[in-house]
Amino acid sequence: MPKVLMKGNEAIAEAAIRAGCLNYFAYPITPQSEVAEYLCWRLPEVNGVFLQGESEVAVAYMIFGAAGAGVRVFTTSSSPGISLMSEGISYLCGAELPAVFVNIMRGGPGLGGILPSQADYLQATKGIGHGDCRLLVMAPASVQEAAEMVMQAFPLAEKYRNPVMILGDGLIGQMMEPVEFPDHLRSEPSNKDGWASSGMDHRKSKTRNLVRSLFLDPEQLNRHNMDLRAKYERMKAEEVQYENFNTEGDYQALIVSYGTMSRVCKTAVNMLKEQGIEVGLIRPRTLFPFPEAAIGEAAAKVSCRAVLSVEMSMGQMVEDVERSVRGARPVQWYGKCGGEVPTPEEIIEVVKTTLASDLSRR
Amino acid sequence: MAKTFQRPQALFDQPTHYCPGCTHGVIHRLVAETIDELGIRGRTVGIAPVGCAVLAYNYIDCDFQEAAHGRAPAMATGIKRVRPDLMVFTYQGDGDLASIGMGEIIHAANRGEKFTTIFVNNAIYGMTGGQMAPTTMPNQRTSTSPFGRKTEEAGMPIRVAELLSALVTPAYVTRQTVIRPKYIQKAKKAILKAFTYQMEKRCFSLVELVSTCPTNWGMTPPEAIQWAEDVLLPYYPLGDVKTPDADVKEAPCKTK
Amino acid sequence: MQNEVMFAGFGGQGILLIGKLLAHAAMEEGYEVAWIPSYGPEMRGGTAYCTVVIGDQPIGSPIIKNPSHLVAMNRPSLEKFAPVIKPGGVVLINLSLIPVDSGRSDLDELKVPTQDIAASVGNGKAANIVALAAFVARSKLVSIDSLKHCIEVEFAAKPKLIPLNIKAMEEGVKAAL
Repeated sequence: MPKVLMKGNEAIAEAAIRAGCLNYFAYPITPQSEVAEYLCWRLPEVNGVFLQGESEVAVAYMIFGAAGAGVRVFTTSSSPGISLMSEGISYLCGAELPAVFVNIMRGGPGLGGILPSQADYLQATKGIGHGDCRLLVMAPASVQEAAEMVMQAFPLAEKYRNPVMILGDGLIGQMMEPVEFPDHLRSEPSNKDGWASSGMDHRKSKTRNLVRSLFLDPEQLNRHNMDLRAKYERMKAEEVQYENFNTEGDYQALIVSYGTMSRVCKTAVNMLKEQGIEVGLIRPRTLFPFPEAAIGEAAAKVSCRAVLSVEMSMGQMVEDVERSVRGARPVQWYGKCGGEVPTPEEIIEVVKTTLASDLSRR
Repeated sequence: MAKTFQRPQALFDQPTHYCPGCTHGVIHRLVAETIDELGIRGRTVGIAPVGCAVLAYNYIDCDFQEAAHGRAPAMATGIKRVRPDLMVFTYQGDGDLASIGMGEIIHAANRGEKFTTIFVNNAIYGMTGGQMAPTTMPNQRTSTSPFGRKTEEAGMPIRVAELLSALVTPAYVTRQTVIRPKYIQKAKKAILKAFTYQMEKRCFSLVELVSTCPTNWGMTPPEAIQWAEDVLLPYYPLGDVKTPDADVKEAPCKTK
Repeated sequence: MQNEVMFAGFGGQGILLIGKLLAHAAMEEGYEVAWIPSYGPEMRGGTAYCTVVIGDQPIGSPIIKNPSHLVAMNRPSLEKFAPVIKPGGVVLINLSLIPVDSGRSDLDELKVPTQDIAASVGNGKAANIVALAAFVARSKLVSIDSLKHCIEVEFAAKPKLIPLNIKAMEEGVKAAL
């Protein structure tokens, strides 16, 4: 299939269809409403289901109901909307249902703004809902990658019977870039007979399935949570994705950055190289699981004097970067959180200041 | 010799956890009988609420999903939209449906979602221990209205059936009760009718069932039945409130 | 090699569309491209602008502080963005609405009465296409053939508009000579 020029939001919508997900429930919110505006005409073309729900709260449970019935289903929203869905996401984790949630982040807290942001990092990776629940979180840095990650997300959600989140910033949703879709990736949840409430006549076993998250017996609930924990540990072992950039040779500093922000950092790294300053970059593609080992190793390189976490938030991922570096190097945060994306020139300045500081020369 | 009365196939042979004098058991049985009579057990999905009936799936034998508080209509919407061939019912209490889940039930009814809601109204929160519900009667004492419901603060009890009947979208909305045998047959007929409308893919259907809660009302079961008859039924009159037969005239909307 | 073009004007002038057409044409010619809109509340009726990045390497930062070129369709846009354009860049000034110049001697200034030209071929609304064509003819970022192809694709759903826009394109090209 030839390349087409598409907005990130539209590419996400089309990618879901090509991954075999023909069911979408959503509530409008800037900057991702183009997904709904695309799917409201595109899904009927493929006999799919499109429904604009009455609120994000209701949408999260429409997703629950549909996922529980054994079909591929997804929704998209932006930060305040994801907060409203977070209760439902916890229920999905508890009931072990697969579904895909896309968060095209905008600035917060509260109503915040509508410009790009990465301020939902902690929410997505640590605090998506009440109880011991986790999401597999993927962070695209281009329209092409957003489409690819959406297509990967469905099989991953089904492999783990757990929701997967695509965490993009407003620019990923609004930017147009060429995108190429792989041809046939359509499939269905292959393991659904074991858990879906799809009507027992439809299963060989003819026994009923209960989709539930209530375990009143403490031993049973503990066992359930330990099973969930084992899944999350398995994600850590099997699903870490990241990109190395300019880390083959020696470098004086290491930048960790994801999404749109990482692209700005890459440009800064190239510009610094021209000035004779080598800086390495690690771009996490998955935020949970986090590429701890890769970052720890890259930071430990003898030439590396400092580590910078560059994010469009007031310093959230920096906690994971610090954890990964384990005190081996000083870790600093740089970012903006009002909707303005830092420029390569600003990053260059920060790198130079950091390298000149006492901290990195100890 | 032919059996004339037996346990429905869709009902497990198991004592319930409900209090003496509670009507959930009777309602469960009516739902199970309906599932049997329509022969739909293998393609039915029930949605259990948060409330006393959260464990309804321990008694009714079909696929089940367990809802968050108030969200059963959204989940039923999700199931029904992606699997219109399934028969879906929500089983909700008055705290669940009329308080926290009011938004979901109104929008599901208004969209004309083709599922059935069994709405158990006993004028109080049961599972959490007898707090005031939107359906609690004026001056009725509960654990959060110890001096009686003050209508100047809490408003008048919500008549859910009448409220939903104000929607223009066709629906079947009825109020029945199971507090005495003479009412039960009518209630059964209403439930059967509601499921049949769903089977025919005709409309949303809701059967409100005026019920008792002797434990949280602080009464014996006979006292509770008498109180329901004397106090609840005059305020919550029985009968069909809305049927899907009325024609809806769609207002023309000119767009460019 | 990377070029960044800023398109700016009032909402309703078709700014985002001509940005998209340039990005599309460059993509068809095998370049890496990105189209970055402004999507703030200003998109509701106020100013509209977008940046198109065209390069032969994967595009890094989509945030461009100093674009290579500017297509200014109204005066506020020219005044706001002309000072940040890289030396040597092309600045297209919509002469129909902008009575001043860029105030810079190190830019290739191209003044085109886009609305008047568009009106002369049948519809003043095609001023954006006139501007884009003139800009492309001067900057040579893509070929006129690619541009023509992309205009035809863009208006495929409204074929009646194709001849008008092609005519506007041709007149825009002439205006850049």
